[in-house]
Amino acid sequence: MITATNLSKIYNGTKVLDIEHLDIPSGQNFGLVGNNGAGKTTFFSLLLDLIEPTTGNIFNNEITVSQSEDWKPFTSSFIDESFLIGYLTPEEYFYFIGDLRNRNKADIDTFLTQFDDLFNGEIIGRKKYLRDLSKGNQKKVGIVAALIGDPEVVILDEPFANLDPTTQIRLKKLLKELSKTTGTTVLISSHDLIHVTEVCERIVVLDKGIIVRDMETSEATLNELEAYFSKEIAEG
Amino acid sequence: MFKKFVWLEWKSFFRSASFGKSLGLKILMAFLALYFSAMFLTLGIALFPLLKELYPEADPLKVVNGFALTYFSFELLFRFLLQTLPVMDIKPLMILPIKKSKVVNFILLKSLYSFYNFLPLLLIIPFGLFCIIKEAYPTTNMAGWMVAMFATTLCINYLNFIIKKRFTENLKALIPVIILGLALALLDYLEIFQVGLYFGRLYDYVYLNPYLAFVPVIILVALYLWNLQNLSGKFYLDAGLKGKTTKTNTKEFGWTRKFGSIAPFLQQDLKLIWRNKRPKTTIYLSLILLSYGLIFYPNETYQGMPSFFVFVGIFMTGIFMINFGQFVPSWDASYYPMIMAQNIPMKQYLASKMALITFSVVVLGVLTTPYVYFGWNILLLNITCAIYNIGVNIPLLIFAGSFNKKAIDLDKSPFMNYQGTGATQWLVSLPLLIFPILIFWFINKFVNYEAAIGVLCALGIIGLILKPAILTFLAQRYRQRKYVTIQGFKQKGD
Repeated sequence: MITATNLSKIYNGTKVLDIEHLDIPSGQNFGLVGNNGAGKTTFFSLLLDLIEPTTGNIFNNEITVSQSEDWKPFTSSFIDESFLIGYLTPEEYFYFIGDLRNRNKADIDTFLTQFDDLFNGEIIGRKKYLRDLSKGNQKKVGIVAALIGDPEVVILDEPFANLDPTTQIRLKKLLKELSKTTGTTVLISSHDLIHVTEVCERIVVLDKGIIVRDMETSEATLNELEAYFSKEIAEG
Repeated sequence: MFKKFVWLEWKSFFRSASFGKSLGLKILMAFLALYFSAMFLTLGIALFPLLKELYPEADPLKVVNGFALTYFSFELLFRFLLQTLPVMDIKPLMILPIKKSKVVNFILLKSLYSFYNFLPLLLIIPFGLFCIIKEAYPTTNMAGWMVAMFATTLCINYLNFIIKKRFTENLKALIPVIILGLALALLDYLEIFQVGLYFGRLYDYVYLNPYLAFVPVIILVALYLWNLQNLSGKFYLDAGLKGKTTKTNTKEFGWTRKFGSIAPFLQQDLKLIWRNKRPKTTIYLSLILLSYGLIFYPNETYQGMPSFFVFVGIFMTGIFMINFGQFVPSWDASYYPMIMAQNIPMKQYLASKMALITFSVVVLGVLTTPYVYFGWNILLLNITCAIYNIGVNIPLLIFAGSFNKKAIDLDKSPFMNYQGTGATQWLVSLPLLIFPILIFWFINKFVNYEAAIGVLCALGIIGLILKPAILTFLAQRYRQRKYVTIQGFKQKGD
């Protein structure tokens, strides 16, 4: 579904991302792990054509993302608060995204009922603008909005950060089912190794922009990841 | 500790995102400051002889005192519109081991070093010195008067903050105050109850008894303490420092549905305008500026210059276009990455912006029809200007918008607010107005009036016909600039 070739991004002479080849097949639950500055958000931003690659290309369903806009109808994402429109209420925001993805109001209303638990009564019908919601609630809105309109590719940057424990557990369940039942390709990044190993079938570790590990998730994965990330501490 | 605060201020000034970037803007501001300083200084020096000439009977000092109330009222009005207390800056200092009172004192004292407090000095001191040196008024008495005057100015400085605190949330509560002020002004004007004169007597009295200058100083201290108390009490995240949570306004703009594929965006833009202070003010501004024609149409001086009426026509029908259009796409700055990553073709996004502005031109065009009172020519000209605006100026503005990369804070008032303004904005306003005027002037001079109108109209219609092609071009242009724009919008700060 997604292929990156010779992809690199250089800021002020520093190479922040350098991926020779990465192939993410359709329907995979893909996790990106790495410390701050590893290039996770850079990769997602390149995938969404928000920044320009220095070299190479990303293909989303064989469409070169930096050359055509045709990937937009089947790709949805939530990177940060800049994906929310602060002066809308959550409902209006959902309807707006629905409009963009050919879902009418009734569709959205039915769609939203399955998230009643997740929203915990704090989002729908509270007559508050998105900018006045707490960080966690904003995140919930952003993630749910990214699921509107049955996208084939869903990209979530740090979906677990800022969420309360109950929501984290619900979200994990939701993401696992998403790729299983609808065949959606889900790309997430996280700092939390436990969450990633639970949700993702495949985990790629980035370090300073380079892929250092690429593994299928198994029982041993968590230990392996923990060993990798504590390596530097052990050496020092 | 104060030294540390000053150091922080210094850093925040020189490290603000736009420092050094918008040199043109800085020069403009410096020019304005110099201009006003020079004006005040000249007035301060020339005031005495001027008043002597205008009112040969009266003592100029008494005349000045008689005008004091009017002057102070205007000062308060301007301060209310332009000056704010930068309370939000103290948020990061809350958890540091610094005494609350120190921070609050610093903020209040800092407000003294404002240009608004410096200006009156240029008026008071030269006038006072003139009185003492040239006219041999007693020095102590004049000194007392000068202190009293300046203290009053500073009182207004602090009074403004108190009024702002009370009323910014609830501007409607100000209506009775404004009515009272207008009533007093009217009574004064009709010489029924001359409140200004009575107020002036107080300063006459201070002049006679200079030691009384301590009265306004005491009031000043009292106002300072009031502010201090006000602020210290609000030094909590859930009180004064809390960002305002506005009541939601759930107007749906359902009628936009008729516009098909651009409907969601149109709806979006209308919400943007209605729910945010800055774009909303541009609407009021447009309506107020509709009266622009009243200044020019009845005026004899302009009757021989129809080209000037082109300016008026373009301006009146296009004022919203200029005010709103020049900041496309900066209005969407805070969520521009989403617009770019969502299922929104660039073409539709731009088409909806153009549709909105076109709509505004049509509405403003309809609203200018009463000017037919000044002749059919004017009506015809205004309609032509509206068509020219739609066909030529809108695409031009949107094109200029592709150079925008400065974010706009939607919640700030547009008065004296140059946020989001770059060289582009200054440059683009010129061709918008100058091209049509030049074209019109040229043809009107060498052919005739009807042909000139015809050409402007034709240009507008050609623009309309070419719209699909122009749109494709613009969309491509915006796509090219996309990365620069996203990057630019990320940088916050004025």
